[in-house]
Amino acid sequence: MSIDLSQFFDVFFEESFEGLDAMESELLNLEPGKEDQETINTIFRAAHSIKGGSGTFGFTAVSDFTHVLETLLDQIRNGQRQLVAEHVNLLLKAIDCLRAMLTALQAQEEPEQQEANELKQRFEAILNGENSTGVPEQAISEPEEQAALPITFQIDFKPLPYLFKTGNEPLYMIAELSELGELETQALHDEVPKLKQLNAEDCYLYWRFFLTTTRGESAIREIFEWVEDDAEITIVQCGGLFEEPDDHSESPNIPLSVPAEAELPVQAPEPSKMVQDNKEETVPVKDARKNTDPSTTSIRVGIDKVDSLINMVGELVITQAMLSQIGEQEITESSIAALQEGLAQLAHNTRDLQENVMRIRMLPISFVFSRFPRLVRDISQKLNKQVELKLIGEQTELDKTVMEKLSDPMVHLVRNSLDHGLETPEERIAQGKDPVGTVTLNAFHQGGNIVIEIMDDGKGLDTEKIRSKAIQNGLIQEQDELTVDEINELIFMPGFSTADNVSEISGRGVGMDVVRKNIQALNGSVEVSSEAGVGSTFTIRLPLTLAILDGQLVQVADHTYIIPLISIVESLQIDIAKVSNVGKGLQVLRLRDEYIPILRLYDIFNHKGAREELDKTLLVVVENDNYKVGILVDDLLAQQQVVIKSLEANYQRVDGISGATILGDGTVSLIIDISGLIKLSGLRRPGSSELLVDLKADEGIPA
Amino acid sequence: MKKILAVDDSASMRQMVGFTLKKAGFDVVEAKDGSEALNLAKQQGFDAVISDVNMPVMDGITLIRELRSLPDYKFTPLLMLTTESGLDKKSEGKAAGATGWIVKPFNPEQLLAVLKKVIR
Repeated sequence: MSIDLSQFFDVFFEESFEGLDAMESELLNLEPGKEDQETINTIFRAAHSIKGGSGTFGFTAVSDFTHVLETLLDQIRNGQRQLVAEHVNLLLKAIDCLRAMLTALQAQEEPEQQEANELKQRFEAILNGENSTGVPEQAISEPEEQAALPITFQIDFKPLPYLFKTGNEPLYMIAELSELGELETQALHDEVPKLKQLNAEDCYLYWRFFLTTTRGESAIREIFEWVEDDAEITIVQCGGLFEEPDDHSESPNIPLSVPAEAELPVQAPEPSKMVQDNKEETVPVKDARKNTDPSTTSIRVGIDKVDSLINMVGELVITQAMLSQIGEQEITESSIAALQEGLAQLAHNTRDLQENVMRIRMLPISFVFSRFPRLVRDISQKLNKQVELKLIGEQTELDKTVMEKLSDPMVHLVRNSLDHGLETPEERIAQGKDPVGTVTLNAFHQGGNIVIEIMDDGKGLDTEKIRSKAIQNGLIQEQDELTVDEINELIFMPGFSTADNVSEISGRGVGMDVVRKNIQALNGSVEVSSEAGVGSTFTIRLPLTLAILDGQLVQVADHTYIIPLISIVESLQIDIAKVSNVGKGLQVLRLRDEYIPILRLYDIFNHKGAREELDKTLLVVVENDNYKVGILVDDLLAQQQVVIKSLEANYQRVDGISGATILGDGTVSLIIDISGLIKLSGLRRPGSSELLVDLKADEGIPA
Repeated sequence: MKKILAVDDSASMRQMVGFTLKKAGFDVVEAKDGSEALNLAKQQGFDAVISDVNMPVMDGITLIRELRSLPDYKFTPLLMLTTESGLDKKSEGKAAGATGWIVKPFNPEQLLAVLKKVIR
């Protein structure tokens, strides 16, 4: 029977990564010297499972490496060794290394071995040169002892009376023996007591076998391996006690027939073949793994979510049946009323179903948060800072796609908080603060958004320094008067990353502008607020899901565009008296205390036939990154939820457009990307209230 | 059809053992730890039990000890899945009443070959 092991790879990888995560978080919770047994057991079990699985599924590099971890953990678990901080550090490194190895294997690549080997040596050094025999290959590749010529063995097998109670059955052992070669069996019954004294559960029979086989003694021993201690077993090679051996050496017929028989049902040839496959024919092994496409990601969904979906589909089917029944009737006034009711029901069901389908992709944000304890620990060690990490709202759910893209910007922000925000313990003490700084990650829902705050109680942003740096980099002018918030905003400007700020931790050539860009790519925003000496808070706002948005449909000439409702501040008719020209064809509307630049969609997208007179049009005021612009449209149409289709995937990237949707009448409508539109229109806001119409070449406006 | 209870906290192992045994014509029930297995074993009869040793809640050796004390499992083959590094576990398992052991890692063919020692 051959079973393709690759079908289990997906589950194996998934559970191994989960195991590594569990090990990591348990290790981070450990305090050497005060470890509790259950934590150590959990860590041990995870390592043990990874080893068992990787060995079984043929990932020997992983199982070899995990073996040393497991041995160390086993010794700690059994109290043979005291857990020290060095072990924790090493184990954490090993977890990283294993993660990398498994990731490579999942992508069907050869894992990088060098780090694993180095770490392995360090583990072995700790284990004090304890030999690491019993590597997995040996377990499956026991060399097959194959005698050239058949040999006859006399085997005496006398089970102890209780043998049956161990669940072993002599009959099956005899059957196995017979598969090794030619078997002569003598059952000896002289110890069977008189019926009255007989205990039905005991074994009184014993056996003498003569086995002629080409397989060695070890094959026989293997059969009795489990009952060695529950029986008297003697195996001797007999030369002439039995009349057969002589025949064997003379007659070629019997020896030939014996191996042929022996080969068929016995397990041994198979394993040796498997080992060969693994060692020499790497190509077929890789092919077998092709099923595991690394790009297919899976998602685990709680059964309650699936149940509620099934319920809703049930409702939908009932509504559909009701509607089709009405459709078959003649149209009367009462049937129209019923139809309307049915349609309302349908709308309700559809909305419920949609919401619940979206929920399937929602995962608790703890998936992202969980990597931070480790990160904070490592960085604070490097920086010699003391940090307490608080995680709040870990159960807040977020779309999986958003989650994946959120991780990098968050890591960057947390690194920044630790590196730039928090002071050293000495500085903190000098300021009368607790030497242990706090970084808090907080996630919560607000409206249709998820908000994630990254807060630290460090020194806050240095506005003076930011200001002078911005002047130096030409982002603002010497004479510009900026509020504190506006100065803080400057850190998100491209080109702001400065030599002053670069350190090993946060200066990786990635600036805050990239963080903002990544978050904006998710239709989100990021803001900072900061108070000197008290700390900084970065606030990320993201739409709950990428696939659906509440949109305002607007008309421009004969086109319908969609503006995300979330960005809209207000829509108004323009009072011409409040419009002024500020040059280069740009007009602004004075709205209360603000000047709102007017963007003409028909200009930007080159439509003809739009209403150009300001008094006949409407202005949709939208806000993006604290910056307001007015979008000039002919008319406001309905508001509705729209399903976003990627333009990039179906066509190509279009500046100023974040996606498309299909409207109820089947036409395609484009969704406006506000920040892209502002860029496209030639407006920029470099941190001051001044409007720049000219864009520098390096701002990257596509032709 | 012979019915086997497969116990392992690792989903991939459980799937592999379950799939292999089913393909070989056994009826298989899976459990993710000793406690779940013990409950199942009390509710329905099994012709053999194959259990991992290291599991949360209830480990494999405790499971075997508990099972062996039940009249219905007096003579039932109870096999444990151990690793090559858990040699001392074998004797501990035997003392608890295990019939034998299967050494991890193993492939499906080895599993079936070993199983032949106790169930046919």
